[in-house]
Amino acid sequence: MALAYGDHEIISDLSFELNRGDFLIVIGENGVGKTTLVRALFNQLKPRAGEITFAPGTRLGYVPQFRNLARDYPLSVRDFVALNLPLTLWPWPRRKERAAVDHILAETDLTRLADRPLGLASGGEKQRAYLAQALVVTPQLLVLDESTASLDNEVKYDLLDLVEKFRQAGVTVMFITHDWDLAQRYGTRYLHLTPGGYSTGPIADLPASPKGEE
Amino acid sequence: MFALSFMRYAFWASTFIAVVAGAVGVFVVARNLSFLTHTLSEIGFAGAAFAVFMGWSALSGMLLFTMASSVMVGQMSTEESRREAVISATSALFIGLGILFLSLSSQTASSATSILFGSVVGISRGEVFQLGGLSCVVVAALGLLYRRLKFSSFDPVGARVNGVGERGVAVIFLLIVALSVSVAAQIVGSLLIFILLTLPAASAKAFTTGVAKMMGLAILFALAGAWTGLYLGYLTNWPVSFFIAVIEVAIYLTALAYHHSQVD
Ligand SMILES: Nc1ncnc2c1ncn2[C@@H]1O[C@H](COP(=O)(O)OP(=O)(O)OP(=O)(O)O)[C@@H](O)[C@H]1O
Ligand SMILES: [Mg+2]
Repeated sequence: MALAYGDHEIISDLSFELNRGDFLIVIGENGVGKTTLVRALFNQLKPRAGEITFAPGTRLGYVPQFRNLARDYPLSVRDFVALNLPLTLWPWPRRKERAAVDHILAETDLTRLADRPLGLASGGEKQRAYLAQALVVTPQLLVLDESTASLDNEVKYDLLDLVEKFRQAGVTVMFITHDWDLAQRYGTRYLHLTPGGYSTGPIADLPASPKGEE
Repeated sequence: MFALSFMRYAFWASTFIAVVAGAVGVFVVARNLSFLTHTLSEIGFAGAAFAVFMGWSALSGMLLFTMASSVMVGQMSTEESRREAVISATSALFIGLGILFLSLSSQTASSATSILFGSVVGISRGEVFQLGGLSCVVVAALGLLYRRLKFSSFDPVGARVNGVGERGVAVIFLLIVALSVSVAAQIVGSLLIFILLTLPAASAKAFTTGVAKMMGLAILFALAGAWTGLYLGYLTNWPVSFFIAVIEVAIYLTALAYHHSQVD
């Protein structure tokens, strides 16, 4: 497939495949088109050529790269997570829906924070809340776009352990990052985007650092 | 004071307005649309002037102008960065038209001030029913759209990736705002509408964390201002809008103080 904004081609001739239970690391320099690829997966950008096919009925969850919530962001963690409930015309949450949200809060270790304003949460807690929101739709494919970029190592690995837990429960993960150590540690497959090209394969074939490529 | 029929009508009218403005305001504030409400009220004024010129009721002119301009703004700008410029351009066009129609029509001065500053005395029984009907439309629309509106207002990034039809929701919401502005202008006047649409909601944000609770509180704050303002206006013969403005600002300052005491 090929992806472009207008005349500006970002990715030409990319082809890769993702199987259930994979932990795919998407890695590459700034501006190489990682977020663009995700936008295509989520139907926000139509491929210039080729196509993306999912197994029928695949639900996608996305933890976006940027979200800039202000300190006075008013919603509680629980209400923020609940935003992603089905968009029915019935305004109030049903009992089942409330139970689902509580379940996800517990799974992501947010129960204790559930009623605090999200604006006051720490960076790691915010990322967990974003993850929880994406999980509300019980996705089969979970895409995280540089979710760990601004986190300390410890918090970063906590978040990844959490993601790994969901992967072992059967969720396919696509994790976008610049972090080569992290790639080795959690990935099962990789997709390395470079200006004008790419490589893909099992994680063992990914060089230990960007320099190792040449 | 309720012995006077026009006070009863004013009471009901202000109740409808407070409920609508409080509920809609929560989304106006979340979507950073305060500037637009201010502009829409100016556009509403222009619409009312047009209506005077045509010999229609002020409300119908306001509805026409505010709704038309909402659709224009919604079509031209989903990008936040471009929105203010588009809003300014749209309002310039409509205000220009308003000034033209005002100068063309014969009965200018008094009708213009009542549109700008609102008039409690002027409200008739028929208009109360009209306001009630429009309020029901607004509340019903908010209810049906609630989940989408909530998602796209409080997490636009997440809403976009999860397929909430952005432009559709934006345009319908702008229409709801236009309807609310036209409704509210009847009593507080077009100059003060943005007070009821923004301050109660901005105040409510400081006290609670849920959208529904924010709406409830915002309605309460708007009602407090509208009812007290009406009563003080009755006692003193000063303009009701003045009291509403002062009360809402006082509530807002209290909310800010409360918020700071909580956060720091
Ligand atoms: N809406 C757009 N219109 C035109 N060009 C765009 C648009 N969005 C991104 N681009 C360009 O596409 C290229 C790839 O951007 P993308 O955001 O996919 O990079 P990325 O790999 O995610 O980078 P980063 O690591 O910094 O997040 C960049 O050169 C960017 O300038
Ligand atoms: Mg990116």
